[in-house]
Amino acid sequence: MNNPMRDDQITTDPSKPAQRMRAGSQRLAAFPWVIAGLALLVMPYVFTDNSAITIMNQMAITIIFALAYNMLLGQGGMLSFGHAVYAGVGGFACMHVMSNTDFFSMLPLPVLPIFGGLFGMGLAMIIGSFSTRSAGTVFAMISLGVGELIAACSVIIVAFFGGEEGVSGDRTYGLPFFGIEFLQQIEVYYLIAFWLMLSALLMYLFSRTPIGRMANAVRDNPERAEFLGYSSRWVRYYSFIFSGFFAGIAGGLFAINYEIVTEENLNTASSGVILLVTFLGGVGFFFGPIIGAIAFTLLQTVLSLQTDLWAFYAGVLFLATVMFFPGGLAGLLMMHVPAIRMGKASKLVVPYIITLIPALIGILGLSALVEMTFHARHSSVGDEEMTVFWTTFDSHDVLPWAIAIGVTVVAFGVMRMMLPTLRAAWAEANTSTKGGAA
Amino acid sequence: MDLVLVNLIDGLVTGLLLFMLSAGLTLIFSMMGVLNFAHASFYMLGAYFAYQISLALGFWMGLIFAPIIVGVIGAGVERYGLRRVHQYGHVPELIFTFGLALLIEELVQFIWVRNQMPYQIPDVLNFTAFAISGNSIPAYKVFMIFISIAIFIGLLYVLTKTRVGMIIQAALSYPRTVEALGHNVPLIFMGVFGVGTALAGVAGVIAGPVLGTFPGMAFVLGSIVFVTIVIGGLGSLWGALVASLLIGWITTFAKSYNIRMEDILNGIGISTPENLSESMFRDIWAVTSPQIADILPYILMVLILIFRPYGLFGNRDA
Repeated sequence: MNNPMRDDQITTDPSKPAQRMRAGSQRLAAFPWVIAGLALLVMPYVFTDNSAITIMNQMAITIIFALAYNMLLGQGGMLSFGHAVYAGVGGFACMHVMSNTDFFSMLPLPVLPIFGGLFGMGLAMIIGSFSTRSAGTVFAMISLGVGELIAACSVIIVAFFGGEEGVSGDRTYGLPFFGIEFLQQIEVYYLIAFWLMLSALLMYLFSRTPIGRMANAVRDNPERAEFLGYSSRWVRYYSFIFSGFFAGIAGGLFAINYEIVTEENLNTASSGVILLVTFLGGVGFFFGPIIGAIAFTLLQTVLSLQTDLWAFYAGVLFLATVMFFPGGLAGLLMMHVPAIRMGKASKLVVPYIITLIPALIGILGLSALVEMTFHARHSSVGDEEMTVFWTTFDSHDVLPWAIAIGVTVVAFGVMRMMLPTLRAAWAEANTSTKGGAA
Repeated sequence: MDLVLVNLIDGLVTGLLLFMLSAGLTLIFSMMGVLNFAHASFYMLGAYFAYQISLALGFWMGLIFAPIIVGVIGAGVERYGLRRVHQYGHVPELIFTFGLALLIEELVQFIWVRNQMPYQIPDVLNFTAFAISGNSIPAYKVFMIFISIAIFIGLLYVLTKTRVGMIIQAALSYPRTVEALGHNVPLIFMGVFGVGTALAGVAGVIAGPVLGTFPGMAFVLGSIVFVTIVIGGLGSLWGALVASLLIGWITTFAKSYNIRMEDILNGIGISTPENLSESMFRDIWAVTSPQIADILPYILMVLILIFRPYGLFGNRDA
């Protein structure tokens, strides 16, 4: 983690507050990891349902992938539109290792993702050699082009990508790992959870290495980084390779979990989804993508059961995030740290409740209106019954429309009335009474 | 020889369509320094609006009004979306337009469902213009060629010969100076963004009946447009023209001549392996040019970026 030696050089006086704070955070640094590990262990006992375990597996894979992606976007400032390629190729590689039964039967399944990682890394080494020359627009365009190119190859190079039906395999042919043959979902869950902890820790440690730190410097100002004697191109290249490695691991875990990898795993849509997940969670913080992956997977699985329009809502949410909270969910959470430090966060609770509840009702009303519009426009003739929020009504009737519009308008009106209170409370909570810096 | 001529015309149509999209995109890029990822989505909106208008008022009204509506929407996006995101930097801007592309696709599906729309070529243009040794060239293709060229010349004229064009060009390079001279630069930016998206709208109106009007049409063309302007050199209008025509012709010729990879490899002295069906590289040997026609632009782009990172005509290494 943080190098204590270097901190000592900054301030040697132990009475300095900066020193004390740093020492405290040193001890606390292991705390979130222990909590996360315990949570991963206990989760299957809390949510015993098979479908819940499926969702958690999906979530964990997305977390690894999003963290790998954030290594580029958040830490290195490289916007990639084709990162699914590295995960996908890793997945395909693992599938081919699985189908080579002679070799696979000597290999314990838990080490399989390493092959995915190595393949993802190898591809990243090739592509990165010319794409990391610059960040910004050119990098984004190359990543898009390469992504399209490799996705298109999946229908041409059938031997590796398996054409349209993809490649499938059987994970149970591997060498039993302490007697576990990974027949059950729960066993796979623990395998994925182990890899999640390991890769998240490694990625965190990578972000603390000189290269990880220099990646931030290169993101913010390549010229100055060059001036310090670092080649910004090589720093980008190394970040890219490591990101490819962990993306490949995520792909390998995908292959183990679903036992099938198809073109969908590497096309532009998947790359777009991971960008969405990462940005939604927040690219400015290490844990941002984790929040994003959890929130998005929940949104995807829960919302898609409720409505056909879930992608539409996801799109609106994404645009709203880019426009109003460029720090994502993590940035939103971290905005409260100064208030908590000063012990004034409790003052925000009541204003939050009286503002957010009307806002939530307003959003629900608005989404009801969207659903009703969609139904009224597209339902077949005679089929005018629809169900929104457990109420069934006729979508061509005036009454439900009046209710939905009324609820939305009133709720947003109340929210607007409450906003000054919230603003005042926010300003109050973030002003230090002692006059010191927060 | 006749087939070459037919292919040249077909490639020209594809290339000029591509150029209409990339011209607007290039204009916007050189203005704001950000690539509008949703550009092809405005092309799709153009096609859908034109279809909806053509149901009521006929094709020609669609050709006039759909681009105007698209341009107004584009200007609104710049005014209320992009300008707001601008303060956060270029990467969030790019992400914003990417999200916009997703949202427009969802919106189109929301309003018009997933099916292909029966958007037809107008009856006036639905005949064979001329034939080259049995290959008939429809009048609509000729119409597409002429309208694209007319728009290109018009754009060039406005940009280089008129006062408005001079102000725009100056605002692209020295926004602060132009502002100090009393011109409303944000308004100019909004206008250019609107015109750029309207240009994409025109392309959508005239391509909709030929290439099909369906929710995936933005996606199909979207990445090719980026490839085009990267090959041509970011920010270069002439580069965009050359690259569009190049891509149009390459894909058309690759599709119409069945060149096999095996023949090429044999030609350069690599003999076919004895047991091809067992070889790891059997797919590479079996590849034919029509199969890879659609990915040739991407291969070209990667090659260009390796050997000439600023594109064919680009002068800025962005």
